[in-house]
Amino acid sequence: MGLFDKFKEKVSQAMQSTGDALGFTKLKQGLEKTRSSFLHNLQGILGIGRKIDETLIQEIEDLLISADVGVQTSDLIIDSLRKRVKEEGHENADDVFNMLKEEIHGMLLKSPSASNDADYSIDENNKPHTIMVIGVNGVGKTTTIGKLAYNYKNAGKQVLIGAADTFRAAANEQLEVWAERAGVPIVQQAPGADPAAVAFDTLKSAQAKGFDVVIIDTAGRLHNKSNLMAELSKINRVMKKLKDSAPDDVYLVLDATTGQNALQQAKEFLKVADITGIVLTKLDGTAKGGIVLAIANELKIPVRYIGVGEKIDNLQVFDPDYFVEALFGT
Amino acid sequence: MFENLQEKLELALKRFRGQATISEENISEAMREIRRALLEADVNLEVAKKFVEEVKQKAIGTEVKGNLLPEQLIVKIVRDELVEIMGKNRSDIIFSSNPPTVIMVAGLQGSGKTTFCAKLAKSLRKKGRQPLLVAGDVYRPAAIEQLQSLGKQANLPVFTHDSKEPVTIAKEAISYSKRFARDVVIIDTAGRLTIDEQMMQEVENIAKAVNPTETLFVCDAMIGQDAVTTARAFHERLNLTGVILTKLDGDTRGGAALSVLEVVGKPIKYVSTGEKLDALEPFHPDRIASRILGMGDILTLVEKAELQFDTQQAEKLEQKIRKNQFTFDDFLDQLATIKKMGSIRDLLGMIPGMDKQLRNVNIDENGFAKVEAIIRSMTKAERQNPKILNGSRRKRIAVGSGTTIQDVNRLLKQFDEMGKMMKNLSRGGKYKMLQNFRFPPGMGN
Repeated sequence: MGLFDKFKEKVSQAMQSTGDALGFTKLKQGLEKTRSSFLHNLQGILGIGRKIDETLIQEIEDLLISADVGVQTSDLIIDSLRKRVKEEGHENADDVFNMLKEEIHGMLLKSPSASNDADYSIDENNKPHTIMVIGVNGVGKTTTIGKLAYNYKNAGKQVLIGAADTFRAAANEQLEVWAERAGVPIVQQAPGADPAAVAFDTLKSAQAKGFDVVIIDTAGRLHNKSNLMAELSKINRVMKKLKDSAPDDVYLVLDATTGQNALQQAKEFLKVADITGIVLTKLDGTAKGGIVLAIANELKIPVRYIGVGEKIDNLQVFDPDYFVEALFGT
Repeated sequence: MFENLQEKLELALKRFRGQATISEENISEAMREIRRALLEADVNLEVAKKFVEEVKQKAIGTEVKGNLLPEQLIVKIVRDELVEIMGKNRSDIIFSSNPPTVIMVAGLQGSGKTTFCAKLAKSLRKKGRQPLLVAGDVYRPAAIEQLQSLGKQANLPVFTHDSKEPVTIAKEAISYSKRFARDVVIIDTAGRLTIDEQMMQEVENIAKAVNPTETLFVCDAMIGQDAVTTARAFHERLNLTGVILTKLDGDTRGGAALSVLEVVGKPIKYVSTGEKLDALEPFHPDRIASRILGMGDILTLVEKAELQFDTQQAEKLEQKIRKNQFTFDDFLDQLATIKKMGSIRDLLGMIPGMDKQLRNVNIDENGFAKVEAIIRSMTKAERQNPKILNGSRRKRIAVGSGTTIQDVNRLLKQFDEMGKMMKNLSRGGKYKMLQNFRFPPGMGN
């Protein structure tokens, strides 16, 4: 049984269990924009009875690039496609559909995201599980935190949020609303306070009161501002004073509508923080979900969660198999 | 700002160095590289394709002029094309003759609308306007508080209303502005996805209700291939009058600027480059086009050289060089031309690749004054024929120019060497000469 068949089987099995099916449907809906544009264009290129030639391959490459897959990653997929066409002797454009699906799936399976196990369980012997959320301005950090808190709470965990974005106007108020929606408490200080102090207070309070999960919000910062990036290191250091392993998880939030700069952001943030996972937001708003592939190919960090809607329950665990099926499925 | 794209294009254009003519062959290769560079910079595929095709057509049909090398010509054509797309002239906010001027601000979530509104209000107040900020984002938690807090920082009034209906809020804000003599009303709206029909309809309704003088689309400079679709969707609904590019202080390649302008066809009015409320800059298409192309401002150099070197004069000079008739008078003319173009350091800095090497080199700008003084102390006959300069003539020149005999000797030696060098440059025109011109070392030190 080929890799591909196994994966098909997994998806069909998953579809039979209602919980997963619901998740898959939501994912499919969230990816609708990417899916319809990608699939529609791909089918348009492959046409009926068309033969594989250089023009066709060029068109596929263009399709990938215009889905934000990026030039480098597209090259890789196309090279591999070319090789297979030659070696396996494909002539019909129809064959490209499955080959492309396999290449993309293979790329995701080779990436760290393949072993993504980001459900909402935590190490019970190492509480509170501390999560720091970072990213550039406007990617949706605060919203993500609201959703994460909601999901942890639904998994039966006690969650405390720390409002360490003391910089942006009304960031506190925004987080407060999300905390309220998720039904979890929040620790905050006056605007302009030292973010590291807020993180410290939050963790300390969580330890004292026996919380399971701590989520720290941070101010949005452009990754080329060295002083702000240094501030992140400080928050890290200060938390370690209370708990050696803190932060247990550092999630980098990336906006799916961002182009290739998303990779640059990740590379720069990696220099100051041990990022353990990526949260890709606003996937529902873009027709260009290809950045998922660029991330999988070029970064050594798994995509943990994807945001596929504005509602509080629209944050999903990223599953490469589902993703490919949702993208190519008809 | 656009450093990355700059590097890429520089690399692509390097292939042209030393090529005598623009052929179909070498242009295809360079254009492929340019296309790739643009795509990596997140320029939309369709926009990049169109751009490259246009440049190609123009370049192939163009004759290589005497003053420009093929590579310079390509740079020029690519740049002109970039400027074309980015809007030829910078355009500022347009004010209504019948106040208040209503400025509506729209865009995706997280693009920076609220911050921009506050920045714009602050900058308009500096220009003597009385802006009113309107908190029209009733959806995002604390969006209203954010605008209020920014307004407080800048000491600007912020209009809020109990209504949860953005259309009502906007209308009320305008009647408020009339009562309280605010001549500019800046309406912040909620971020929205273009797929959200209800929200898109709502923003259209706001526009219809207040009939804005300016409808500005706030666009994150980091946006990817979706830039075109997004901009188009907003433009179709709102008939945008301008674009604001935000977060340009990051290291984004900024290809979105090209894409959005191609679709919307309206100028980028401001560039938002930081979190401080003063970090708002006007957009200069020509400047940014040159920046995108990078080439360390080689364009400026090309243009200046074009301007300063009169073609006829240049041909005469070339003849003289060929026949080895280059005199000190000609040298003086050259010096004058170079001086017109700016300082030597600036000039050399404009040549790609030169800047870094130059940083540690000490250039004595006054050296030119000394050279000029020496030449001016020569008689007409001496300038025409330096061979007659014997010891006593040299001594007289040194005294007359306030220099030493050593200075005079050095200049004569270098002039002789320069003559030889120039003879070798039968091809390449004036620019090549400039490139190879070395300022006499030690002169004036």
